[in-house]
Amino acid sequence: MRVNGVHYEREIEPRMTLGDFLRHEIGLTGTHLGCEHGVCGACTVLIDGRTGRSCLAFAMQEDGSEITTVESLAQGGELNILQQAFQDHHALQCGFCTPGMLMTLTELLRDNQNPNETEVRETLTGNLCRCTGYAAIVEAALDAAQRLAAAREA
Amino acid sequence: MKPAPFDYHRPISLDEALDLLSNLENAKILAGGQSLIAMMNFRFVQPDHLVDLARIPELTGIEERDGVIRIGAMTRQRDLEFSDVIAQRLPLVKAGLAHVGHRQTRNRGTIGGSLSHADPSAELPMLALAQDATIEVRSTRGARRLPAREFLRGYLDVAIELDEIVTAVEFPCWRAGHGWGFHEFARRHGDFAIAGAAALLELGEDQTVERVSITLNGVDVTPVRLTSAEDVMRGRRLDAELICAAAAETRHLEPLEDAHAGAVYRRHLAKMLTQRALGDAAKAGALIASV
Amino acid sequence: MGVKQFGARVKRVEDPALLKGQGRFVDDVKMPGVLHACFVRTPFAHAFVRNIDSTAALQLEGVVAVFTAADMPQRMRDERMPMLVPNAAIAALRTQHALATHEICYAGQTVAVVIAQSRYIAEDAAALVDVDYETLPAISDLRSAVAPGAAVAHSDLPDNIASSFKMEYGDVDAAFASAPHVFEEKLWQHRGGGMAMETRAVLATHDPATDMLTVWTGSQTPHIGRRMMADMLDRSVESIRCIAPDVGGGFGPKAIFYAEEPVIAACALKLGRPVKWVEDRREHFMCATQERDQYWDVALAVDAQGRIQGVRGALLHDTGAFVPWGIIMPYIAAATMPGPYVVPSYRLDVRVALTNKVATTPVRGAGRPQAVFAMERLMDRAARELGIDPAEIRRRNFVQPEQMPYSVGLMFRDGKPLIYDSGDYPKGQSEALRIADYEGFRARQSAALAQGRYIGIGIGNYVEGTGLGPFEGVTVRVLQNGKVAVATGATQQGQGTRTTLAQIVADSVGCRFEDVVVTVGDTAAIANGVGAFASRQAVNAGNSATLAGTAVQAQIVQLAAQTLGVAPEDIDVADGQAMARTGNKPVLTFGELARLSQGMPGFSMQPGQTAGLENTAYFTPPQAAYCSGTHVVEVEVDPETGGVKILRYSVAHDAGNIINPLIVDGQVQGGVAHGVGNALFEWMKYDEQGQPLTTSFADYLIPMATDVPTCEIAHVETPSPLNPLGVKGAGEGGTIPAPAAILAAVEDALRPFDVHVTETPLTPERIVELLEAAGAYEQINSQIEERA
Repeated sequence: MRVNGVHYEREIEPRMTLGDFLRHEIGLTGTHLGCEHGVCGACTVLIDGRTGRSCLAFAMQEDGSEITTVESLAQGGELNILQQAFQDHHALQCGFCTPGMLMTLTELLRDNQNPNETEVRETLTGNLCRCTGYAAIVEAALDAAQRLAAAREA
Repeated sequence: MKPAPFDYHRPISLDEALDLLSNLENAKILAGGQSLIAMMNFRFVQPDHLVDLARIPELTGIEERDGVIRIGAMTRQRDLEFSDVIAQRLPLVKAGLAHVGHRQTRNRGTIGGSLSHADPSAELPMLALAQDATIEVRSTRGARRLPAREFLRGYLDVAIELDEIVTAVEFPCWRAGHGWGFHEFARRHGDFAIAGAAALLELGEDQTVERVSITLNGVDVTPVRLTSAEDVMRGRRLDAELICAAAAETRHLEPLEDAHAGAVYRRHLAKMLTQRALGDAAKAGALIASV
Repeated sequence: MGVKQFGARVKRVEDPALLKGQGRFVDDVKMPGVLHACFVRTPFAHAFVRNIDSTAALQLEGVVAVFTAADMPQRMRDERMPMLVPNAAIAALRTQHALATHEICYAGQTVAVVIAQSRYIAEDAAALVDVDYETLPAISDLRSAVAPGAAVAHSDLPDNIASSFKMEYGDVDAAFASAPHVFEEKLWQHRGGGMAMETRAVLATHDPATDMLTVWTGSQTPHIGRRMMADMLDRSVESIRCIAPDVGGGFGPKAIFYAEEPVIAACALKLGRPVKWVEDRREHFMCATQERDQYWDVALAVDAQGRIQGVRGALLHDTGAFVPWGIIMPYIAAATMPGPYVVPSYRLDVRVALTNKVATTPVRGAGRPQAVFAMERLMDRAARELGIDPAEIRRRNFVQPEQMPYSVGLMFRDGKPLIYDSGDYPKGQSEALRIADYEGFRARQSAALAQGRYIGIGIGNYVEGTGLGPFEGVTVRVLQNGKVAVATGATQQGQGTRTTLAQIVADSVGCRFEDVVVTVGDTAAIANGVGAFASRQAVNAGNSATLAGTAVQAQIVQLAAQTLGVAPEDIDVADGQAMARTGNKPVLTFGELARLSQGMPGFSMQPGQTAGLENTAYFTPPQAAYCSGTHVVEVEVDPETGGVKILRYSVAHDAGNIINPLIVDGQVQGGVAHGVGNALFEWMKYDEQGQPLTTSFADYLIPMATDVPTCEIAHVETPSPLNPLGVKGAGEGGTIPAPAAILAAVEDALRPFDVHVTETPLTPERIVELLEAAGAYEQINSQIEERA
């Protein structure tokens, strides 16, 4: 399995979920497990470029897959545009759901470069947040879309 | 909430998968895993073997042939959602897919998995029933084809044997310009519906109902066709009164009660949503017919 | 001079690590050789444990141990868990044992613990532990619990009354006898949870070289946890270090000291290996404390103009199987009900009932949402019956700003007379109405109705005692690298505690915000601490920070003046340096001063000089600081489905002086989301046997991004005179009036059908039932036919 561009080989039990593999086998604890039944979305990662719940996948299934986690976003340690928008808009409080939010929005902003508020909110229904009441996350996503558009034009 | 131990198998051909299923005890098929793995994490389900179908190329794809859309069982819901063929030929299915879970689960969830799981509140089994889809199943003993109404046998129960795999689903298309409507009510966006209604209409001259399909989810152990309402409508001129008369047929339903809703409310919703779905179908059908 | 940080929208220092996936939650702490725990929990709500057979579990490969109460230290065997807030009014001073000794009183209670090489194996083994139970009749419903002949929640208690008390002032019976109008309501609020996205977690390790027991715990109150743990493990407090690292949301339930904490610590001590337990979500639904379940039977007496003459009634509160936090919530509820209104006479008879369900303890709002719901439903009722606008009837009853400080006539939970320190309630409401365009609403409503749409508006007012004692401490220390280290017993579960304190310290010491390094949630960092609950940290820790920072700045001035040979009044401190105003304006950096403050080996300190640049302050508030606010909500109800959509949400909020508007707005918006959940979605259901029915996020519905609108927020700042910063708490105000306002709006939307709503969560199903009972559908059906 490749995770954030790095090749990993491990011998594991078939029942180990992808989430546990990322967190405890290869030490990428940025991906969080909030419910382990596929509702809260905190464990969302990109699996071959598409978002998926890492609690609803066994690591064995993803043998050979390309996994992208929150740890990949800040290239060279600098917050990327979406991450920076999160900080600017106070789109995180406890930060536990944040990695999943970021991965879901990473996919959205890749596939839909100019989403409206309804599209952002409907996409975010796959991720629960108990702290923020979502408003700042929605603002951050919309702002990031604009900043990304500006960056593309520049 | 960690799953119990199991052995994992990843066949690369259908024949290999069928062989495994015919030989293994207490085996489960792993498709998208979006319901199964959650149930395994809760330890509600504890298979000894999981047979993962993800690497079998022939189980994936969407193709149109002779007015029938054939969808491989392992085709992801997200690929159906963005398929031009589905959008053009099965607009009801396209509309219903928007209500299936969330983006992240549609990315992984498959049509075969959803049909085999057969949740009475799910959208895909309801859509298969609405469109009179045919489910193709295979085992080492051969292939069978089942109409959706036979396939969907009971609560989380389908009419296939332990060694059989759903390989494809075939949706016959309705006439171009047919009317369709899909309405469901869920507590939150993407939740399983408390109840939902799907309607298909083909109108003849003078707005006569030539062909009609009315399907409900969330009101029984499986999705159900509201055949008495279809009978009420067929051959009659479509108007508001006819829609109300059809929706009134929901009074015969005897929905189940659970932690999410009681029977009276589900019946109420069934009526309201049938009215809405038929209303939309009438508008879409009439509009296109008049062009 | 540096830019003043207090009051600025400062971006949080917490964010970069959390955004990069470099947060450090308990389960992220890597500990070589760690073992994993899984608790054996009873499936029954009420039973005797007859026998525990671990034989099969111990035979499983990878299992290290199975422990029961008999294996625990003596104090944990003999005594129950400590009660945090005892009160003379509690008849049944009852908490649970850390591991069950005999009787279990709610489904999920801890019976034994399995320690294994992985959580997977620990779960396998837990299923193999064979426990012989003798089941007992269970009591689930609150009202049934107090009915004659009810099954008792504890087999050795005569009944289920944990406590009964009365709160009153004035001659309420006389007021009711003479009032021209009396309105009665029977109200119910559901049981729900905090539902932090991170579940609870404990990791314990013992270092034999130093005899230090270190416990990482996802707690709001690690200092309290350490004291409790010291008692239960019979260890010195000094030999225990509790660390609450990044904590993924608190909301109240993580302020409790739970059985799992001392048990995991005891296992680590016994095995000589690190032991970790990470609660799973199902456990969280079953075993983390919950709140809200209350029945109110209340009446309001008003004169012909709608002026309140008196309020009286009865409150029945569900404490669940135990009372770990005493009777705080019903007490707060009873003291909160008068709210922002002049209530000349008041009496509430309160009963607290035991049931066989997990204990209730404060959840964001802590009894106040229920009290505000009761009061505001009565106000809406009076307004409707008397034909007075809901805003107007409230206006007529407000405590006026010139009446401050205002004595309500009750005692608050802090043992002090309930005296509102400050506030401008009329202004708060008028601000909220202004941003909600309340004046234009009736026109909007008529226009919508003409299209067959049902929209409504509702108002909720509240006053909340925040910033409760006893204290919180802050140490400020200037380091030789020029940084300013801040340590506090305050904790963070998302409130931005580090950012807020860094702002205050930067201002009070005189350094750059970026140079302040704050440590929270670590008992090694400061001797005494309390933690996060009751919207208390900005008041307690914030003021300690300003006191300690000011004291350190005085030390800096003193040392710089001595060193530079100028008068102290000629020293300016800013941006991390002290500068003389005289001569050629020599400068000493904080780093240089920190070194100087250490003196030289063998040399005496200068007269008056203290060692180091350091001060610890423990601010102790004299009483609660009362914040207040008004919520105005506009909703649309779909009568065909019972669906409710919130169209607009306006908040006026008075948290005194605001340290960081970015953070306070986030607290309000997040609080509202929790209130939306309480009003419309969240319902922890149990069956008649006390079995929890909603133990997943698919069954227990917390609001999603499509359910919570973006609030418009206005700040009304009336500074608290009770603390140097003039601040009040902001953590819970968003939640408290939300159910009252939302339900009022739903009722207003359904006014054409004269529907009356009295319970939360108000589900679509219930709305349809009410409409059905009101005969609404004949009317609606004819409209549908017209539209079709």
